[in-house]
Amino acid sequence: MATTVKDPVVSTPPPTVKDGVSFLAGRLRQIGIFVALLVIVTLFQVLTGGALLQPDNVSNIIVQNSYILLLAIGMVMIIVAGHIDLSVGSVAAFVGAMSGIMVQDWNFPWWAAFVASMVIGGLVGAWQGFWVAYVGIPAFIVTLAGMLVFRGLTQIVLGNQRITGFPEEYRQLGGGFLFPGLFPAETNLLDWTTVGLGVIAVVLLVVTQLRGRATRARLQLEDEPQAWFVTKLAFIVAIILGLTYLLASSRSGTPIVLVVLGVLIVGYSAVMNNSVFGRHIYALGGNLQAAQLSGINTRRIDFMLFVNMGVLAALAGLIFTGRLNSAGPGAGNLFELDAIAAAFIGGAAVTGGVGTVIGAITGGLIMGVLNNGMSLLGVGIDVQQFIKGMVLLLAVGFDVFNKRRASNALK
Amino acid sequence: MAENILRMRRITKTFPGVKALQDVNLDVVRGEVHAICGENGAGKSTLMKVLSGVYPHGTYDGDIEFEGSIAEFRDIRDSERAGVVIIHQELALSPFLSVAENIFLGNEREKRGFINWNETNVEAAKLLRRVGLDLNPVVRARDIGVGKQQLVEIAKALSKNVKLLILDEPTAALNDEDSAHLLGLVKGLREEGITCIIISHKLNEIREIADSVTILRDGRTIETLSLHDGSVTEERIIRGMVGRDMESRYPDRTPSIGEEVLRVEDWTVHHPQESTRVIVDAANLSVRAGEVVGVAGLMGAGRTELAMSIFGRSYGSNITGTLYKNGTPITAKTVGDAIRHGIAYATEDRKRYGLNLIDDIKRNISGAALGKLAKRGWVDGGRETVVAGDYRRSMNIKAPSVTSITGKLSGGNQQKVVLSKWMFSDPDVLILDEPTRGIDVGAKYEIYTIINRLAGEGKAVIVISSELPELLGICDRIYTLAEGRITAEVPIAEATPELLMHYMTKEKD
Repeated sequence: MATTVKDPVVSTPPPTVKDGVSFLAGRLRQIGIFVALLVIVTLFQVLTGGALLQPDNVSNIIVQNSYILLLAIGMVMIIVAGHIDLSVGSVAAFVGAMSGIMVQDWNFPWWAAFVASMVIGGLVGAWQGFWVAYVGIPAFIVTLAGMLVFRGLTQIVLGNQRITGFPEEYRQLGGGFLFPGLFPAETNLLDWTTVGLGVIAVVLLVVTQLRGRATRARLQLEDEPQAWFVTKLAFIVAIILGLTYLLASSRSGTPIVLVVLGVLIVGYSAVMNNSVFGRHIYALGGNLQAAQLSGINTRRIDFMLFVNMGVLAALAGLIFTGRLNSAGPGAGNLFELDAIAAAFIGGAAVTGGVGTVIGAITGGLIMGVLNNGMSLLGVGIDVQQFIKGMVLLLAVGFDVFNKRRASNALK
Repeated sequence: MAENILRMRRITKTFPGVKALQDVNLDVVRGEVHAICGENGAGKSTLMKVLSGVYPHGTYDGDIEFEGSIAEFRDIRDSERAGVVIIHQELALSPFLSVAENIFLGNEREKRGFINWNETNVEAAKLLRRVGLDLNPVVRARDIGVGKQQLVEIAKALSKNVKLLILDEPTAALNDEDSAHLLGLVKGLREEGITCIIISHKLNEIREIADSVTILRDGRTIETLSLHDGSVTEERIIRGMVGRDMESRYPDRTPSIGEEVLRVEDWTVHHPQESTRVIVDAANLSVRAGEVVGVAGLMGAGRTELAMSIFGRSYGSNITGTLYKNGTPITAKTVGDAIRHGIAYATEDRKRYGLNLIDDIKRNISGAALGKLAKRGWVDGGRETVVAGDYRRSMNIKAPSVTSITGKLSGGNQQKVVLSKWMFSDPDVLILDEPTRGIDVGAKYEIYTIINRLAGEGKAVIVISSELPELLGICDRIYTLAEGRITAEVPIAEATPELLMHYMTKEKD
């Protein structure tokens, strides 16, 4: 513990193989989840005889899981703050139903229905946030109530009837693709829109990473070894390009929802890492009393988190409704559990203070690939449930085990 | 007669980095009331935890001889079977269970796993009568007062056939009437042949009921005095508690004291849940720029409560009184307000209230003033790292980098992170609550140097401490606090440990 470091910029000895191994061991916890995803993808790719990574199937996995991934972003933020939200499935269903009523019965244009739906989601979140943050009722209770209340409201406003026949524009968000007619698959080898997007993403990624590393070097901050940095970057670039290729050779190119999701992932990662708001979430989740005694308005943050979750749940409801072209009384059932599972598989801590957006997304993808892969193999729903349950248990068990080992190392 | 029920021999207990007890000896005669005295942190509670098996055999060095044979208690149940029962300062009754259930908790009157309610309640009523409580045993523990809860704890101990009863600060939370009743009960137990060890700060109480007193200081036994002939005065006990070693453990400082920065007038604070219980009673104090002011008080005197209530009302209810900053009255209803008014409070319990232990050094340092590093809500991470690096150097925080997790640092380095955090919030007044608790001697010197530097920069510093030598070594002026009241204001030139302890133990007239 008491390593005497007089000067942080001491010249470091050249790295050895042993250093590299211990560095990788230290990173294992962070990269473990990505490795797990890769292992699962490889496993099912082999088991399904290559069907998993067929272009159209990849596109399908993304669209199928988009609303869960979206919910997982808001959910991991709430979990980092030490709360939980059990109501998101019902809220998504309620907003979907309201949007259906708006476009069908009240003749709202699709965009007005979208805006109004997000506002409804925000109000629902404000309602729940009020009870959690300002009245002080545990989020588990408030959102358990919300799960029932908004499921009930969904059924009431729909009169237990399903709404179908949504306008074309509305359905684009959940089921549409980017410029589908521009490069028809019949005449083009690849969908060049997708290729362009992929290349832009890679360029942006490499530029920001290099600039960040240069800044850290200028500030003489200790950084990861160059070899690791290059390997990591090359790996991520390879994944993006691989995904780009698969989508570009699929029937329709880039799903619109993937673009929405990508923007939200990047945006919310930045919020969690670099904004005052995000940093305060980690602070209050890590030690609520210390955060309060540091002058952080923890109630306001709790409130805002639920408002945010409400808006994301609304967006998920719109995507889901658009994709199915239907708003029904049973929509969004069990979404909350998938989103919570995604956050925890992705490394969020049950006690709060730990968790990342990218981890939750990876956790959600693990669940999505498991679902899809097992369905391709013809595994029944019963066995699927069993396996998903065990994955969740083992992932959190691994986390608890890791933490115990770390705290024992302190003694 | 003088047969010893308990002999503790050369007990040594070490925590990481701190030797809490060193070669402590304790002899307790059967059937006596034996008091243990010492400043906070002298090792009294640790010694009792060793005795009662909270720290099991094997985690300490030395021998415990109980009733003539060596005792190797593995846990509390083990020591209770032998007849050693400890009643902790924080009462451990389960609030929603009945008094009878609490008395027999873990020791149920049962038959094949089913509770015999009649026997439970009848036996409980008998035990309650023994401690002088006329109470229906089926009422819930939370529905009776603190004084009665204390008596229920004793009844619980009696149900376990106690031979040696340990009471840790039993009257700290009681009013005079309840205290008198409790002390009378302890005398009654002595008549029944039960031996008592009582830890207390109230020296008049000790002189009233104890047969002998053992004094601990800095984890060592200083002396055991017999109180039978009445020749031992309170002053004599105090002298043993505070000792006389005041070497150059404190860096020199030439104070340059300026204008008054903070003044607290007529400050009264009530308990957060029991809004009629007075915790801080019409306190008046002030601190000037460049001045280090001490607040001395024993456990339960209301030191932390006073500080936290000033710091944005983060403790208490029904707070009345006025704060003046640079001569003008201010209101600081939230911690945020207090920080904006230039007040900082570094907690006595840095792990629970001071740090996010799972996060790194730089994010802890920036935690109270993240806004200073942000533009339109976005944090400049580079500048944050630079700022944290500066503090790491100037405060000599020993860690591989500013991204080290604070939970892995030693106590002294954690404290430096807490101090850095508050220095970064750029306060005019720093309230430091037990700034050297749980820190080894070398790091203490560094903390004192930092305090001197802060005062030298013109900050007003209030130091709360239960270590009198520390206050005498670093302060310009010392307030004493007893039972929530400021009992004296002593300039450093006149301050002696004896005088301070006299005011710290001064009870309400």
